[in-house]
Amino acid sequence: MVEARGVHKSYAGVEVLKGVDLTVVRGEVTCLIGPSGSGKSTLLRCINHLEKHDAGELRVDGDLVGYELRGAKLYERNDKQICAERAQIGMVFQRFNLFQHLTVLDNITIGQVKVKGVDPERARLKARELLARVGLDAKERHYPSQISGGQQQRVAIARALAMDPKLMLFDEPTSALDPELVGEVLDVMRDLAASGMTMIVVTHEMGFAREVANTVYFLDGGVIEESGAPADVLGAPKSERLRGFLSKVL
Amino acid sequence: MAASEDPVKVVPVRHYGQWAGAVVALVLVAMLINTLFSKIPSGQYVCRTVSGVRHCHQASVWRFSWNIVFHYFTTSEVLHGLELTIFLTVVAMVIGISIGVALAVMRLSSNRLLSMTAWVYTWFFRGTPVLVQLFFWYYIAILYHTITIGVPFTDITFLHLNATTLFSSTVAAIVALGLNEGAYMSEIARSGLIAVDEGQSEAATSLGMTRAQTMRFIVLPQAMRVIIPPTGNEVISMLKTSSLASTISVIELFGATNNISANNYEIMPLLIVASLWYLIVTTVLSVGQFYLERRFARGALRTPPPTPLQRLGRDVRGIASKFRTRRGAVGVAP
Ligand SMILES: Nc1ncnc2c1ncn2[C@@H]1O[C@H](COP(=O)(O)OP(=O)(O)OP(=O)(O)O)[C@@H](O)[C@H]1O
Ligand SMILES: [Mg+2]
Repeated sequence: MVEARGVHKSYAGVEVLKGVDLTVVRGEVTCLIGPSGSGKSTLLRCINHLEKHDAGELRVDGDLVGYELRGAKLYERNDKQICAERAQIGMVFQRFNLFQHLTVLDNITIGQVKVKGVDPERARLKARELLARVGLDAKERHYPSQISGGQQQRVAIARALAMDPKLMLFDEPTSALDPELVGEVLDVMRDLAASGMTMIVVTHEMGFAREVANTVYFLDGGVIEESGAPADVLGAPKSERLRGFLSKVL
Repeated sequence: MAASEDPVKVVPVRHYGQWAGAVVALVLVAMLINTLFSKIPSGQYVCRTVSGVRHCHQASVWRFSWNIVFHYFTTSEVLHGLELTIFLTVVAMVIGISIGVALAVMRLSSNRLLSMTAWVYTWFFRGTPVLVQLFFWYYIAILYHTITIGVPFTDITFLHLNATTLFSSTVAAIVALGLNEGAYMSEIARSGLIAVDEGQSEAATSLGMTRAQTMRFIVLPQAMRVIIPPTGNEVISMLKTSSLASTISVIELFGATNNISANNYEIMPLLIVASLWYLIVTTVLSVGQFYLERRFARGALRTPPPTPLQRLGRDVRGIASKFRTRRGAVGVAP
């Protein structure tokens, strides 16, 4: 589903990603762990083209992200094509980023209506279904500022799911939450994983990674230091850096 | 400490300074009302004959000539002037807001040429007095007898207009006021756009919205909350700035009252007529602004601010309950 080969990314001359290789299989959950500043967010943002990677090959579902190969030349995709690509990749942010001026229900319908051209009535039906799925059917008329952080993050997940994404990206979805609210969000994500959604999850929740992930990648200093099944990576770390990191977060 | 049998009386803090201030204010208001409705001798005598005896006394008139004010308040000349004032204000503000939002988006664009153009526009129109700009557009026909729009340095033209007929005094006023307002509105709109968290547009983008959709559906509606209060000020300010148009012979409200007083020399009463109308429209605009702000604050506040009516109700209830608690027991000391 996602294929990264030697992906590089620099900000103003500072190299953040220094050749990342990563493979995500359809229907599997991939957890991305690593210290702060190691480039985890940057990698996620490259995958849905919120950032442009500088070098290397990045494919989602076989298609090059942001480029099109015609003959021997790479053509940069135009804005419309990039938007269409993004619409198929859901993203959940650390700080929820719900649209503050819209009700919970409208947050979930606006993407369907404006981007996919879904009829508003059908969009509402689907939004209600998704709200029931994340356990928030009673909150549809609330504004984001009127619900708790955990509830906001569950709405954010429903908002992303409303676009019928083939891939979901989570960037530290629980790190802005009070400890007692983390569980409700992880529960929703666990259900989602069980339903067969392909997910890439940046997280510091090692318990979740161990339990749900098919593969764990440890990113450090802009490269993948170690990867493999969670039991191996988290249970028997080979590299010194990963051992150091795990001793700090566990 | 055990609770005593009798409830303890709570004595609220007395704000003596506030009381003194209120008394002074009340006296000043009384003085103002007194002088506003005072009368002065008119210099004319009125005589009456009652049972064969002639009584004469000097007639008195309102110091502020309220009868003349009242007489001219709704004459068609004044009302037409008022209409034109409102028209100028609305049209100039619509132009100003459109230009302002466009300039703000340009300023924040990553395209250097666009942001530079917007900056230069604001620099120019804020840097010259609006009165000078009014005259500039009024006399633009001196520079351009005809206005031709086409491709620069070629003979291709799309539009050909006569400047003298195009720039009538009213059009000149609209153009001058609107373009000038655009410069001020651009700064207001820009501050509103900046105030919207970057995560909002990021989330919209990740849903697959285009930049235009993100701006239209996500960023602008949220920026409105920041943009509306100062824009309300701009509308009210424009209402009054539009009186400058009278200098290029636009007969708006101030022009109309000026014309009347030039004929009848009742300068003060007609200034009062104009002022009262400006005050009335400003009041209506302020009320409108309040409800607009409330509408666009949706979602930003957990509980929206009360409307003036709700506030009035609350105040009345508050005062009533105060009296009730004054009489009864307030509480029990711990
Ligand atoms: N827009 C940007 N401009 C310049 N530098 C950036 C930008 N975004 C990120 N960086 C830098 O890139 C590095 C990696 O950032 P990134 O956000 O990907 O880290 P992260 O692994 O997600 O860290 P965290 O766990 O703190 O979220 C950091 O050193 C950061 O300062
Ligand atoms: Mg991050």
